[in-house]
Amino acid sequence: MGSRCGRVCWKWGSPLRRLTGFSRLLSTAVLAPQICVVGSGPAGFYTAQHLLKHHRLARVDIYEKLPVPFGLVRFGVAPDHPEVKNVINTFTQTAHSDRCSYYGNITIGKDVTVKELQRAYHAVVLSYGAEDNRILGIPGENLSGVYSARAFVGWYNGLPENRDLKPDLSSETAVVLGQGNVALDVARVLLSPLDILGKTDITEGSLAAIACSKIKRVWLVGRRGPLQVAFTIKELREMINLPGTRPLLDPADFTGLGDVVKDVPRPRKRLTELMVKSALEKPGEKEASRWAAATKEWGLKFQRSPLEVLPAADGKQARGIRMAVTRLEGSGESARAVPTGEVEELECGLILSSIGYRSLPLDSLIPFDPKLGIIPNSLGRVQGTPGLYCSGWVKRGPTGVIITTMNDSFDTAQSVLEDLQSGVLDLSNTKEGFKSVRSILHSRGVHPVTFSDWETIDAAEVARGKLAGKPREKIVDPQEMLQLISH
Amino acid sequence: CRRSRGTGGPPAAAQLALTSCNLFDSSADRVTVHFINRDGERLTAMAKEGESLLEVVVNQNLGIDGFGACEGTLACSTCHLIFEEDVFQKLDAITDEELDMLDLAYGLTDTSRLGCQVCVKKVMDGLTVQVPMEVADMRRGLEVGKQSK
Repeated sequence: MGSRCGRVCWKWGSPLRRLTGFSRLLSTAVLAPQICVVGSGPAGFYTAQHLLKHHRLARVDIYEKLPVPFGLVRFGVAPDHPEVKNVINTFTQTAHSDRCSYYGNITIGKDVTVKELQRAYHAVVLSYGAEDNRILGIPGENLSGVYSARAFVGWYNGLPENRDLKPDLSSETAVVLGQGNVALDVARVLLSPLDILGKTDITEGSLAAIACSKIKRVWLVGRRGPLQVAFTIKELREMINLPGTRPLLDPADFTGLGDVVKDVPRPRKRLTELMVKSALEKPGEKEASRWAAATKEWGLKFQRSPLEVLPAADGKQARGIRMAVTRLEGSGESARAVPTGEVEELECGLILSSIGYRSLPLDSLIPFDPKLGIIPNSLGRVQGTPGLYCSGWVKRGPTGVIITTMNDSFDTAQSVLEDLQSGVLDLSNTKEGFKSVRSILHSRGVHPVTFSDWETIDAAEVARGKLAGKPREKIVDPQEMLQLISH
Repeated sequence: CRRSRGTGGPPAAAQLALTSCNLFDSSADRVTVHFINRDGERLTAMAKEGESLLEVVVNQNLGIDGFGACEGTLACSTCHLIFEEDVFQKLDAITDEELDMLDLAYGLTDTSRLGCQVCVKKVMDGLTVQVPMEVADMRRGLEVGKQSK
């Protein structure tokens, strides 16, 4: 028996050479870490990808609240930015790995607790992102016509919880509070020519609503100045070149700015120079005629801080916004906006607050910093909770693009790998992984959606989209999704 | 020309948007390219003349984490590479669109380019490029006492 086993065991590498066949199998099972990732957006998938690539045996299960995966790649990235969504291809490859499984339609904290996950897995990585938004905290915030940009983005991207938003698009002027890429996204979707929007994966319902929209003008309002805008140059360029629109940039906001940025790092310099050029330089012939023929417009207003949303006569509807005029103290990224005492009012019927997303605590037992809106951690290791990790926006805060989250997720995965290597995560402790979770879910009447199920939903969306000349027609009702896969 | 990838297709090497390169189909036109990975390991590939450096990494399955997330469509900066000064000067001119995305790259240098926009030429034989360290990696060695905002 021994010599035969010795010959066979060579195939599996030297550490296992001296074991019998049975205990060799057992050892392999014991040595395979069971890892659970909560959230199937970029953070979840990139963490899983890194773990699978850099550990030969690790099993990674990815859990998701919705039936469908991919988080903000599906629900946050603008419909007219399909190239950004190409990461779905690499995530799909990861999901197809034989050591990876996707389980959708499972709400952690409700269908199964984090504690139960920790019992089933050697390591649990929380990558559930930021599902809420910062609030303005001003009077009138709850009037009809005021929405968070997050909800508006969710609405046109088919996020189930926002499908009944019914935003009021009946006024001429919209005000977006905030000057980041999300603010530009919502402005662009409000003003894009319908024939362009109609070829994207924007939902049918929101496209129809936008087709009836009366909005002709969108202001992006920021508390600070042009040197503090948070959007990036590609998105700004896109806005400046948006067909059928003209930019409204007050030259007074930009005079002399070109000199100020001469020596700042290139990204800020180029961004500012583009704004300065658009505001101060005479447009070329083609641009000038496009702007002259434009029926819609968008602009940037600086040094205005929202004080109150003003109600219409009926007291229910927003009719405008009152703002404090500010001045800047300090300069650069750390400049602060201070009220001058002057006040201004802007007439508008749609107000979108785009002042940041916000994470929520998942479970009272998990450490959470409500002020920063993150899970306290060091290099992705949750403070005071061995075996618990976090990656993505819930770890760092809700800013950055996909590459930011990718690097961050690789970093958290490194911490997990180190802990596996050093024995901080004790692999001699056998964990059952999904096997034990499955029985918990079954006893609670919860049916996980597999990746193969998602592919059925995906195929249906693509087929429906084809009929309408779109990449896909998103299904926005989770019940419809579940029916499609006969759950 | 742009090729788009359908969803749910086979997980083969990603179909990439072609850059302005011309793809010559001659097996004799092979160019040696070295990529110094983040851990210092040298990865050597035999590239086809006309391939973009992103295509080289993908087609040769080089183990560079997270490289080319947007698949060559100028929608990310994950194929960021650092060139030697003299090689950098001889590369084709950079466009505004490439600069716009390069501006978002970690560890940007004066000789940085996006790999999806640089095509392999015969004169680049023996080229060595550096995969930049990411910010997260740089912090790994330090004591992290505070949360960064």
